[in-house]
Amino acid sequence: MAVKAQAQPMVSDRSSLGTLRQVLAPIGQILIFVIGGSLLLGTIVVMLALALQAGQANLLNGVVSVLPLVIIDGLVLGFLYATIALGYTLVYGVLEFINFAHGEIYMVGAFVGGGLGIWLASQGLLATMHPLIFVVIAVFVAMLASGLLAVGIERFAYRPLRGAPRLVPLISAIGVSLVLQDLVRLIAGPARFNLRYPTLNLGGRIPLFEMSTAAGTNLRVSIDNQSLIFIITSLLMLVALNYLINVTKLGKAIRAVAQDRPTASLMGINVNLIIALTFFVGGALGGGAGVLFGIKYSTVNPYIGFIAGLKAFTAAVLGGIGNITGAMVGGIVLGLLEAFVSTYLTLFTNGRLSGPDYASVASFLILIGILVFRPSGLLGEAATQKV
Amino acid sequence: MALLELQNVHTFYGNIHALKGISLAVNEGEIVTLIGSNGAGKSTTLRTISGLLSPRQGQVLLNEKRIDTLPSHEIVKLGISQSPEGRRIFPRLTVLENLEMGAYIHSRRDPQYRADLERVLDLFPRLRERVSQKGGTLSGGEQQMLAIGRALMSRPRILLLDEPSMGLAPILVDQIFRIVQDINKQGTTILLVEQNALMALGVAHRGYVLQTGQILLSDSAKSLSQNEMVQKAYLGMD
Ligand SMILES: Nc1ncnc2c1ncn2[C@@H]1O[C@H](COP(=O)(O)OP(=O)(O)OP(=O)(O)O)[C@@H](O)[C@H]1O
Ligand SMILES: [Mg+2]
Repeated sequence: MAVKAQAQPMVSDRSSLGTLRQVLAPIGQILIFVIGGSLLLGTIVVMLALALQAGQANLLNGVVSVLPLVIIDGLVLGFLYATIALGYTLVYGVLEFINFAHGEIYMVGAFVGGGLGIWLASQGLLATMHPLIFVVIAVFVAMLASGLLAVGIERFAYRPLRGAPRLVPLISAIGVSLVLQDLVRLIAGPARFNLRYPTLNLGGRIPLFEMSTAAGTNLRVSIDNQSLIFIITSLLMLVALNYLINVTKLGKAIRAVAQDRPTASLMGINVNLIIALTFFVGGALGGGAGVLFGIKYSTVNPYIGFIAGLKAFTAAVLGGIGNITGAMVGGIVLGLLEAFVSTYLTLFTNGRLSGPDYASVASFLILIGILVFRPSGLLGEAATQKV
Repeated sequence: MALLELQNVHTFYGNIHALKGISLAVNEGEIVTLIGSNGAGKSTTLRTISGLLSPRQGQVLLNEKRIDTLPSHEIVKLGISQSPEGRRIFPRLTVLENLEMGAYIHSRRDPQYRADLERVLDLFPRLRERVSQKGGTLSGGEQQMLAIGRALMSRPRILLLDEPSMGLAPILVDQIFRIVQDINKQGTTILLVEQNALMALGVAHRGYVLQTGQILLSDSAKSLSQNEMVQKAYLGMD
């Protein structure tokens, strides 16, 4: 008797390598956009400097010497937008609804982290702990608080409106964001309207490399600890999110719910629970971003969520809303662009135009451009990472 | 004692009265088919059993316990699984991930999970070759196999199949019906909704004929296929 051939390998035994690839591939994509974006924008400003050099002495030197700082600033901004943008994109992916209160969820995270710092300082605990421990605790607490807040908002402001026309929950979201702004303002009171994060002794700048400029001077490039913490923590959050979405059963359930709600419930998936969890994850990322922002820029106020939210929304649209890698890439691209405009517009116009004022203009021009010419976003429909 | 029983079930879509007092029973080990023309209420019946719709009147019983008040994700856990009309594959999940979702109610560490997976991939070897392909890129027939396989992954006691032969080439239709019989022989009770009444009555033990939301006839599959009215209306014979 012939033995039944068992040619095919067991299906599930060849997955761990694939898993690693799934988790790291989006990070690779981010890296490509980080390097590509920096190179492209760097080349553009150097070319511009060469073209304009006749009029201004030492322009090229000035342009090159600030370039590394601009890139670092751009990355910090970029990761800020990316982590917030993920909240928009996750929720949009699952509900096709833009959670306009997400900016405020981020803001609340920033206040929770700052409040925690102030409280720890008042108890004399902050001085005794390693500043990095504080960073970790603050990020976790804020993630938890913002995540729960997002779940609460979904439960009471969006879920009851689920069958309604799309405009209705949108208006509810705007209402929630106004309420949150004023609520935080009320709780913080006038004294803490501008909430100052406690100063953390994170040590000096970390040297990265040296380069010699055309003028013959040696330029030491270094990064401040706050920026480094910002970039590393947000990268960790992005890797964790990719793992969650692509590898875990929960992540697959989130994607299943995003793709077909009734059929997901036929699989035994509790759709409402998964939607709540999606809000939790998105809110937690926003809250974490809030703390990182507070640590980097030291003061926060109840209105920081508005512009940051709009920018992050722009980033999400830029990358293709509903697309996870897209949100990350869109954030990076937008952050770099803003940092470049902000510094170099001033430099090139000799101070006649103030760069920082025009940085947002550049972002929103991009939003309009994308909506008009490429509504599916930078990565477009071909993107594989749609929720 | 019936495994699954519907008693005088009325289901509405808003004001549309889709099921007007359906009563039917499926016994353990049977293949029961539900035939009827377009819009008769066949899919609505399955959706009501699965809890996607809740009846406004009447009840659905599994082992004499009411289930019509439960949400659909709880009903799956009781052993009722559905391969829905139009396949409804998750298009951006891979074949393997679709099957994993089918087994959502079981832990992935459950040793039985591997066995279930192997069983489904043995039933549908074409799926085995495509485990890492995205569901949305499968052909219609492959999607149908995936939908049935996915429904089996929850290890149901009773499997609801909504038009498993829709849009398939004749060879595949034969194959699907043979597989339905195999699944049944392996111990799963089946409630089969079909346009292809000839094939359905060929594999079923008993059948119900549904018309505009009401049961018109119910009999053994053999008698139904010899019934003059059924032959005229559903088997295309004159
Ligand atoms: N979502 C819905 N909203 C409103 N009416 C619906 C909806 N779904 C089905 N109906 C109506 O309910 C009735 C029964 O539909 P159902 O889908 O159960 O028919 P069916 O027997 O499965 O038909 P088919 O063989 O064409 O699939 C039809 O008149 C249909 O128009
Ligand atoms: Mg139907």
